[in-house]
Amino acid sequence: MSKSKGIIKSLFEKPWEKDQIVIDNEHQGQTLSLSKYKVGLRTIMVVSTVIFSLFIVAYSDRMLVHDWRSMPEPWLLWLNTGIIILGSLVFHFTKLASDKNQNDKTKNGLFLVGILAYSFLIGQLLAWYQLMNSGYYATTNVANAFFYLFTTLHGLHLIGGLYFWGRTTSKFLRKNSKAEDVKHSIELCAIYWHFLLAVWLVLFGLMLFT
Amino acid sequence: MPVTVAIVFLLITVGSVVFHFWSPWWWTEVASNWGGMDDTIILTFWITGFVFVVICLFVSYCVWKFAYRKDRRAEYKPEDNKLEKRLTWITTLGVAALLAPGLVVWNNYVTVPENAYKIEVFAYQWGWKYRLPGNDGVLGKTDIKYISDENPFGLILEDPKGKDDRLVDGDELHLLIDRPVKFELRTIDVLHNFYVPQFRGKMDMVPGIITYYWITPTKTGDFEVLCAEYCGSGHYAMRGRVIVDKEQDYKKWEAKQITFEKMLAKNKNIKNLQLAKSTK
Amino acid sequence: MSDEYEHKLEAKSDIVSDASSVGTPGIDSVPEAEIPDQELYHSHSWWTTYVFSQDAKYIGVQYALTAVGTGLLGLVLSWLMRIQLAWPGLGWLEPAAYYQFVTMHGMIMVIYLLTALFLGGFGNLLIPLMCGSRDMAFPYVNMLSYWAFVVAVIVLLASFFVPGGPTGAGWTLYPPQAITSGTPGSNMGIILMLVSLILFVAGFTMGGLNYIITVLQLRARGMTLMRMPLTIWGIFTATVLALLAFPALLVGCLMMTLDSMLGTSFFMPAMVSLGEKLSYDGGSPILFQHLFWFFGHPEVYIVALPAFGIVSDLLSVHARKNIFGYRMMVWAIVGIGALSFFVWAHHMYVSGMNPWFGFFFATTTLIIAVPTALKVYNWILTLWNGNIQLSLPMLFSLAFIVTFLNGGLTGLFLGNVTVDVPLSDTYFVVAHFHMVMGIAPILVVFGAIYHWYPLITGRLLNETLGKIHFWITFVGSYAIYFPMHYQGFVGVPRRYFEIYESPYIETSTLLLNQFITIAALIVGAAQLVFLYNLITSARLGKKAEKNPWKACSLEWQTPQMPPEHGNWGKETPKVYRWAYDFSVPGAKEDYIPQNVPPSEVMGAKVEKT
Ligand code: HEM
Ligand SMILES: [Cu+2]
Ligand SMILES: [Cu+2]
Repeated sequence: MSKSKGIIKSLFEKPWEKDQIVIDNEHQGQTLSLSKYKVGLRTIMVVSTVIFSLFIVAYSDRMLVHDWRSMPEPWLLWLNTGIIILGSLVFHFTKLASDKNQNDKTKNGLFLVGILAYSFLIGQLLAWYQLMNSGYYATTNVANAFFYLFTTLHGLHLIGGLYFWGRTTSKFLRKNSKAEDVKHSIELCAIYWHFLLAVWLVLFGLMLFT
Repeated sequence: MPVTVAIVFLLITVGSVVFHFWSPWWWTEVASNWGGMDDTIILTFWITGFVFVVICLFVSYCVWKFAYRKDRRAEYKPEDNKLEKRLTWITTLGVAALLAPGLVVWNNYVTVPENAYKIEVFAYQWGWKYRLPGNDGVLGKTDIKYISDENPFGLILEDPKGKDDRLVDGDELHLLIDRPVKFELRTIDVLHNFYVPQFRGKMDMVPGIITYYWITPTKTGDFEVLCAEYCGSGHYAMRGRVIVDKEQDYKKWEAKQITFEKMLAKNKNIKNLQLAKSTK
Repeated sequence: MSDEYEHKLEAKSDIVSDASSVGTPGIDSVPEAEIPDQELYHSHSWWTTYVFSQDAKYIGVQYALTAVGTGLLGLVLSWLMRIQLAWPGLGWLEPAAYYQFVTMHGMIMVIYLLTALFLGGFGNLLIPLMCGSRDMAFPYVNMLSYWAFVVAVIVLLASFFVPGGPTGAGWTLYPPQAITSGTPGSNMGIILMLVSLILFVAGFTMGGLNYIITVLQLRARGMTLMRMPLTIWGIFTATVLALLAFPALLVGCLMMTLDSMLGTSFFMPAMVSLGEKLSYDGGSPILFQHLFWFFGHPEVYIVALPAFGIVSDLLSVHARKNIFGYRMMVWAIVGIGALSFFVWAHHMYVSGMNPWFGFFFATTTLIIAVPTALKVYNWILTLWNGNIQLSLPMLFSLAFIVTFLNGGLTGLFLGNVTVDVPLSDTYFVVAHFHMVMGIAPILVVFGAIYHWYPLITGRLLNETLGKIHFWITFVGSYAIYFPMHYQGFVGVPRRYFEIYESPYIETSTLLLNQFITIAALIVGAAQLVFLYNLITSARLGKKAEKNPWKACSLEWQTPQMPPEHGNWGKETPKVYRWAYDFSVPGAKEDYIPQNVPPSEVMGAKVEKT
C-alpha cells in the first residue's frame, strides 16, 4: 500500500519549485524498486484477473436465467485440483531450494513441477472426455459451456506458464547462465503458478457451489 | 496572419450561433406529454451555448492579442490555484443545473401511471404488429414457443386473459388522444426500437424480455414509426404508422380489430384443429 | 515495503544550503546512476533492422504507417456511404453493402486507426525518447506486438473477400443481430471480425506491457513522474485503461464466437429469425452490451487521453509558455481515466436495461465532465499571455480546442439521460462522436505529425501545403458535422441506408445531406494533399535544424537527429527540470531543455507560486 501512496503523494509535487527541483535531481528514474520482469508479471496477472472476473460476472448474470442447469462436477476434477495444489507447493519449495543454492533439489523440483502441470492438463482433458461421454456438451446447456470455457482459458494460461517454465529450466541446466537470473526466473514462475492455483480454486469453487 | 486566424475562429463561432437560430432544421412539434424533454434540451442549449461562445471568443482574442513577437516573453506562471478552484466550482454548478431537471423528467419517464392503457408493440425483422387488451383490460401471456402461422403472437392458449385480446392486422396503430398509454415492447428476433419522433419516447426491444415506456398523445394526426435500433439489412425500411384519434374515430377503429378467439376460430375452420395438435 | 523505491526526500544538506536560485552551480550534481544502463539488442541484417525491428522508433513508424493505411480504407468507405446518403437514387450501394461499410468504417477508425496510431505509433516513438530511455523494456515482445497487429489487420481485410462479405453488424456488434441471417456477413464475416479483434487485443497487451513498464521503470535519472511531459501521462494512462478495458472486449468476443460457431447460448435468447425457430435459449443480449461498453467507453478515453496529452505539449511549445496548471492536467488525466470505468451504461439508457440505472450513470457521466472542462480551461489559459506562434501544430491544436469543445458540450446533451431519449440513435449521436472522438483526435494527430515529422525524417513538412490541408480539414469537417446535429433534432435515425421522403422529414433535410457529402468529399481530397506532402517532404523537405521548435522535452535533445539506435549515444541524459521551462524570467533563451544543468542558465529564477 505504501507504494501507491508514494505515487499518489508524488502527484502533488510542484516540479517547478526550487526545493522540489533539488529533491527531484536525486531521482533515479525508476518508480518501483522491482525488476522490469516482475512488474511485467504483475501486469499480466492483473490483466488476467480482469478477464477471469468478467467471466465470473457473466456467469453470475447468466446463471439467473430459467434455462440454467447446473453441471455435475466429475470426480476427476477433485484429483486435478489436488495435482495443481501439489504443483504449487512443489514450486514453492523449489524456489526456497534455489534461493539456498541447493541445485539438486531445485532440479528435481523443476522437473516435478513440469510433470504435475502436464498431468493437470491431461486430467482436465480427461474430465472433458468424461463429461462429453455422459452427454454434457457445450451446446446442451450454457452451464456446461462456461465450464469448457473456464477450463480452456485456465489451461491456456498454464500452457503459457509452461513455456516460461521450459525456458527457466533450460536456463538452469545451461552452465553459462547467471545464477541471479535463474533464481529470478524461478521466483517469477513460482508466483505465476500460485496465481493460477488461486484462479483455479475460485473457478472450481464457483462451479461447485452453483 | 494572426488577425486572419482570429477572424476565422470568430466567424466559426458566430456562424454556429447564426445557424442555430436560423436553420430550418429543427425538431418536429411535440405530440405527446414529453415537452419536458424539449425544455431540458433548450436549457442545455443555453448553458452549453454560452460556454461554447465564451471559450471560442477567448481563443480568438488570445490568437490576436498574444501573437508571437520576438521581443516579447510569455508569462511564466505554472498554475493559479484560486482560479482553478473557482472554475471547478462554476463548472460543477453548471453541470448540476443541467442534471437536476434531467433526472426529474427521467423519473417521470420511467414511472408509468397506474391508469395507463397497455398496448403490446410486437417487432420482427422487419415490421410491426400490435396487440390490444380486450374488454378485461389485460394482455394475455405469451411465449415465443407458441408462435406459428396460426398464432403469430405466440399467445399461450391456456391463458383465458388472452382470448379477448385484439390483434391488429397491418402495421397501423391507432391511439386515443389524451389517454396515457404504456407500450409493452416485445421482439421475437433481434433488437429493435419503437420510435415516433413526435412522441420523443424511445426504448429498445430485447428478445427474451419485455421493455416498456409510456406517453400520452396530445395531438391528433398521422405519424411515422421508425425503428431506432439497428436490426439488420431491413432496418431503414422498418416503418409503420401511428394515428392519434378522437374518441369516435378511435372506437370505430377498435371495433374492427379481430379478437384472438375469433381468429383462432377462423383458422380452425380453415386448418381443422391442426393447431391444437401441434401445441398439445 | 521492501518493494518500495525510496524517494529521497531529504536532499543532501550541502546542496540545499547554496541552492538559493535554480542557477546555482552546486546544484548540477546528480548522484551516480544506481541502475545499470539498459542492454540493447543490435540488429545485424536488413530484415531485423527494418522489418522485424526491435527498435521502438521503427516499430512506432511501422505502427503508424499500417494504421494510416487502414484508416485510408475507412475514409474511402465513408465517402461511399456519404454518396449513398446524398444521392440514394444513384443505386450506388445495396443496403447490405452500406451496413458492411458502416461497420468496417467504424471499427477501423476507432480501433485500427486511432488506438493503434496513438498507442502503437506515438507511444512507441515518444515514450523512450521523452522518458530518456534507450528503448522499450522488452523490445522483442514489442516487435511481436506490431506483427500481431499486422495479422489482425490482415484478418480484418480478409473478411472483404469471404463469402457473404464482411460483417454488417455495426461496430457495436450487438447480438443477436450480429450472428443471425438478417445481417450481412453473419457467418464468416463476423467470425473474422471477432478473431481480428482478439488478435488485436493480444497484440496490444504485449505492447501495453512495454509502454507501462518503460514509463514506470526505465526513465532517465532525474525524471520524476511529475517532470514527465503530459504526452507521456496521456499515453501511459490510456495504456492502463486499455489493459483493463480490452479484457471486456475479449470476453465478449470469445463468448460470441462460441455462440456463433458452436451454438452455445451465452448471449443468444430463444428467437424466431425470419420465420425460422433457432435453437438458442436463455442468453442475454444486454449482457453483451454491458461487456461491450465496459470496454467501449474507456476506449473513447484511450483515444482521447493521448490526444489530450499531445495537444497540451503542442500548445505549450508553440505558445512558448508552460502548460497552465500542469498538476491539474495530470490529475484530470488520471481522474478521467478512473471515472471512465463508471459511466459505461450511458450508452444504454434506452437499451432496455433496468431504467433505474439511468440515475446513477447520468450522474457519473456529468461528473466526468468537470475534469474534462478543466482541461479545456487550462488549454486556453495556456494561450493567455503566451507568445503564440501560429505554426501548423498550433493551428491544429486551436482547431482541436474548438472541435473538442463542441463535441464535449454535445456530450452533455447525451449524457443527461432525459435528453438522450429523443436524441439517442439519431444523427445527433453520429455528429457528437465524430466531433469528439473522430475529428478532434485526428486534428491532434495531424498537429503531432507536423510537429514530430522532423524528428523522424530530419526534414520539415511543406508549410504551404500544410496550410491548405489545415484550413480545408478544419473548416470542412466542422461543416460536415455541425449541421448534422440538427438532422438529429429532426429525428433522422442513424444507420439508415436511405431516409426516404417521410411526412416528418422535410426535403431540406435531404438537401442538407447533399451539402454534407460534398463537404466530406472535399475534406477527403484534402487528405491527398497531406499524403503528398508526407511522401515528398521525406526527400525534398527543408532540412530541419536540431530541435526545430525549440522544445524543452527530451526527444529533441538526442545527440543525433533523427536519433540513432539506442537514442542517446554514450550516456543517457540527466534531467534537471520539468518539461515546461519556457520563457523563464532571467534566462537568455525562451526555453530551457530538460537536460540543461542549472549552471548553464545562471540567470534563470523561478518564483514560488
Ligand atoms: C471525414 C471523415 C468521416 C466521414 C465522412 C465519416 C462518415 C461516417 C458515416 C456516413 C457513418 C455512418 C452513419 C450512419 O449511417 O449511421 C459513420 C459512422 C461511424 N464513424 Fe465515421 N466518418 C468519418 C470519420 C470518422 C472517424 C475519424 C472516426 C473515428 C472515431 C469515425 C468513427 C465512426 C463510427 C464509430 C461510426 C459508427 C459506425 C456504426 O454505426 O456502427 N468516423 N461515419
Ligand atoms: Cu431496426
Ligand atoms: Cu461513453
